[in-house]
Amino acid sequence: MSGAADVPGGADRVPGGTDWPLWEVFVRPRRGLAHTHAGSLHAPDAELALRNARDLYTRRGEGVSIWVVPATEILASSPEERDPFFAPAADKPYRHPTFYEVPEGVRSL
Amino acid sequence: MHEGVYREFEETIAAGERIEPRDAMPPEYRATLIRQIAQHAHSEIIGMQPEANWITRAPSLRRKAILIAKVQDEAGHGLYLYGAAETLGARRDELLDRLHAGRQKYSSIFNYPTLTWADVGAIGWLVDGAAIVNQVPLCRCSYGPYARAMTRICKEESFHQRQGYELLLALSHGTEEQHEMAQDAVNRWWWPSLMMFGPPDGESPRTERSMAWKIKRHTNDELRQRFVDIVVPQAASLGLTLPDPLLRWNEERGHHDFGPIDWAEFHAVLRGEGPCNAQRLGQRRRAHEEGAWVREAAAAYAARHAARPAGRAA
Ligand SMILES: [Fe+2]
Ligand SMILES: [Fe+2]
Repeated sequence: MSGAADVPGGADRVPGGTDWPLWEVFVRPRRGLAHTHAGSLHAPDAELALRNARDLYTRRGEGVSIWVVPATEILASSPEERDPFFAPAADKPYRHPTFYEVPEGVRSL
Repeated sequence: MHEGVYREFEETIAAGERIEPRDAMPPEYRATLIRQIAQHAHSEIIGMQPEANWITRAPSLRRKAILIAKVQDEAGHGLYLYGAAETLGARRDELLDRLHAGRQKYSSIFNYPTLTWADVGAIGWLVDGAAIVNQVPLCRCSYGPYARAMTRICKEESFHQRQGYELLLALSHGTEEQHEMAQDAVNRWWWPSLMMFGPPDGESPRTERSMAWKIKRHTNDELRQRFVDIVVPQAASLGLTLPDPLLRWNEERGHHDFGPIDWAEFHAVLRGEGPCNAQRLGQRRRAHEEGAWVREAAAAYAARHAARPAGRAA
């Protein structure tokens, strides 16, 4: 595990340095849908991150709600540990409905 | 040496899947992408200048609103791309420093001047048109964040090209003087637009490796040919001609033949000897320096209010 998904070196950023901190932007495209990752941007604080995200990612009505998250606050699973980390799911085919045999003609099951 | 460490990288590329930021990747793949994406980002923001030149003099409120929206989109494209470069470990402020120091390039097309209002149309139609032909295959580029940025950009580019076409159509069907203005703009922007695809295949040393890595999907000459084939009938529909006496349909090849490109001019502009190189870079540096107090004030404000909690997610 490590912080700052998609941001190598993200954790060593100095807020208020030569560049503003990095924020990850999530947009809900319309009511009834979940927020999805749209991209990232720099902003000095959360309020401006939200305004910049509106101008950058929703110029054509692409969203009805936005989340901004400091990139350094995101904890991500590491690609190197991918196999062991997700292994528990691999040997459990009985979690899928296709694992089970159902006699022909049985309906709504 | 690569075999062991980057086996998974090679397998992912071979399977046509995407590489994501925290995957192990050869340093040359990372460096190639950072250079290409940065150069692309720089082109987007420098590309705002030639058109912004006409915002205050747009002939109607409608045209002015359209032009402002287009120039704002280009700023957005630059930001998407700087964001993609940052996922590779590059820092945006460092990339900008390199642009300002002349150590990283931007597309040479933006070193030509916009002499008349018709140039805004020619840029939209030809320059954005060429950019689209270049960029559509990049939506399938092997590096995930770059491909995603390109998908977003391509969606926005189609309005850019259309507004340029529509602007030229209005001028072409206007007074004789307006028609001439449109033709003159097309005459000046045609050859530089063809140069946007880069040097011919034999002289493009990085093409082969970029294609093996699936960063690039087509050669420069393939894309240039595609652009010419698309644009020739569009020029006819505009009632304008393209300034190339050798341009004709080749039945055998199923493509248009076109005349030789002046590569000496291309290399001269790339070296910094184009009509506007100094002006574009000077303007970029000035804008950056004059904006410094805004960046500092916003950072100071943020530091002072750091303790105050932000709105909660919902
Ligand atoms: Fe663009
Ligand atoms: Fe554009």
